[in-house]
Amino acid sequence: MRIAVASGKGGTGKTTVAVAIAMAATEPVMYADCDVEEPNGSIFLKPEVYEIKKVLVDVPVIDEEKCTSCGKCARFCQFNALVSLGTPPLVFPELCHSCGGCAIVCPADAISWKGNSIGEISLGKADGGRVSVVQGKLDVGGVLAPPVIRQVKSHIPHDGLSVIDCPPGTSCPVIESIGEADYVLLVTEPTPFGLHDLKLAVETVRELGMPFAVVINRFDEGDLGVEDYCGEENILIMVKIPHRRAMAETYSRGGTLLDGIPEMREIFKDIPRIIERGIEEK
Amino acid sequence: MKIAVPTSGKTLESQVDNRFGRASGFVVFNTEDGTFVYADNSQNLNAAQGAGTQASQNVAGTGAGVVIAPSYGPNAFRVLNSVGIKTFISAPGTVKENIDNYIAGNLSETDAANVEGHW
Amino acid sequence: MKEIVVISGKGGTGKTSITGCFAALAENAILADCDVDAADLHMLLAPEIISRTDFISGHEAVIREDDCTGCGICRKNCKFDAIDLTSEGKCRVNPFSCEGCMVCVEVCPEKAIDFPPNLCGEWYFSHTRFGPMVHARLGIAQENSGKLVSTVRREAAAKAEELKKDLLIVDGPPGIGCPVIASITGASLLVVVTEPTISGKHDMKRVLQLAKHFSVPALVIVNKWDINPEMTAEIEKESLLGGAHPIGRIPYDRAFTVAQINGRTLVEETTGAVVENIITIWEKVCRKLK
Repeated sequence: MRIAVASGKGGTGKTTVAVAIAMAATEPVMYADCDVEEPNGSIFLKPEVYEIKKVLVDVPVIDEEKCTSCGKCARFCQFNALVSLGTPPLVFPELCHSCGGCAIVCPADAISWKGNSIGEISLGKADGGRVSVVQGKLDVGGVLAPPVIRQVKSHIPHDGLSVIDCPPGTSCPVIESIGEADYVLLVTEPTPFGLHDLKLAVETVRELGMPFAVVINRFDEGDLGVEDYCGEENILIMVKIPHRRAMAETYSRGGTLLDGIPEMREIFKDIPRIIERGIEEK
Repeated sequence: MKIAVPTSGKTLESQVDNRFGRASGFVVFNTEDGTFVYADNSQNLNAAQGAGTQASQNVAGTGAGVVIAPSYGPNAFRVLNSVGIKTFISAPGTVKENIDNYIAGNLSETDAANVEGHW
Repeated sequence: MKEIVVISGKGGTGKTSITGCFAALAENAILADCDVDAADLHMLLAPEIISRTDFISGHEAVIREDDCTGCGICRKNCKFDAIDLTSEGKCRVNPFSCEGCMVCVEVCPEKAIDFPPNLCGEWYFSHTRFGPMVHARLGIAQENSGKLVSTVRREAAAKAEELKKDLLIVDGPPGIGCPVIASITGASLLVVVTEPTISGKHDMKRVLQLAKHFSVPALVIVNKWDINPEMTAEIEKESLLGGAHPIGRIPYDRAFTVAQINGRTLVEETTGAVVENIITIWEKVCRKLK
């Protein structure tokens, strides 16, 4: 069972929910942090990291002996990663999407490939070894999140419980993160901003044809707009988390939801089973 | 010698644009005869990425030997540098004021990219 | 014209609510929403859209099924697994996965693949009760590069010149990536809205590094400061070390949520200490601009 935790906007409590599911479970669980621009699941899970690996993507290398300076590769490249001014092309590795097009159009067979680092993956264990943590982190100044996310996803097992912490928003890194999950939880706040961004997120998961439910964080702090919307749209509200000042304080110090509101533990423990039953019924 | 300056207008009186790669065009001034032409860069406004490298190619295509702009990303700088185009830092104001300042020796040359890449 | 950009690093710190207050307090300003991923400022300002413009970026591949022989060469060469086989044995591009590299167009022996420009969103010019506004919407699954941000800022600056506005107030994007960099280069002043949490502090530090790098002066506001007073003090110390003046603390106040529910900015919603506080902060921002 792979549960992706996503949200239309940042700061709604996406990581809080993902961490709570992992920590409330009693079985082994994989926590996959795909929010590679700002991975902060580890602030709360505090894993012991046992391995760090670089994420390499292929970028072109020009054999200047063979290159005829024809410029075809630079004209072909849709990402402006090659520039030719009547010379063998300059390569801009951080712009390269590794599509392979330049080598296909090169008439002189002058292009080969080498690995270029764009980020790293760290593997760790938390909660006495029960929770496996895989975290992707994009290098500062890096722009290509999807390859890092793909690397994180390659560590997610097919069996057992996995929780995927997705980047916020509805842009392409989010799609990359939730693809292949069995179920999506959309975390929101009960405010007009929360509702507006939730609608975009719902549109996205519906477009992808994925089963999903909503989690309302600080549900007693705003209005009923989100609940009314879920009612109208026939969307399951999986859990409503109350606003507690104690929770905000605990969170600010790196504590989890289960530390701040201990009575939520049982509810979060049940979420994977509720989801499983829901999927089986369909 | 030709001097290229990024601008959102098309004349010597236009303000210098604060971006090099995504400027809508360049005024290219010829110091020998005091004439200027406008080089369009608008296809780069919509480049998904790599605007800096593409704008640099456009500038190179105009035959300019000097660029005056507020800042240069590393990619733009690398392309300009590879073909020997000199890069000077502009001051806020019009294209003409900056060209006059350059001719008077009041602008400083940069020998490294002064902003991070940002696309 | 001066340009203020309000950013936050992490999401959910109250950046947009505070930008809304600034919009209400400013005189002769134009507004821009560059938080294109979670564009929410319009919910406070209720813009009336005057004009819409398509936002186009890159291209996407589209296979003409009538001309496709199902040979699969495109599938084999696509590095993004973006081409599926249909039940009729034809190839079809999955637009969510396609990165627009054009390799399939190049290798297709039947020349059956079109490569039209990719429509990824829209941007708008609008009127609000606090002045003109430029905002945008990015389509689902589109790459949020700095490009739409650059477009919104550029169009807002052009309008400001045309309408003789003295000030541009920008609601910036969250995070510390490309969109943020695209939103701060060349701005007059950054206002960083943070919260007293571990990630709030971490992201503020990275945002201030960016500000320093691009030589944009920055000010810091700690929202919900009373949730963790020690962390607030630490953040203010860090902000000074990072070269930015802390100019105010805003206590946790449900009035922000109530104002949002009523579709108003806080300064329209209520009066009293919380509003006085925001006005004082705004005056400090204006002084710094001079």
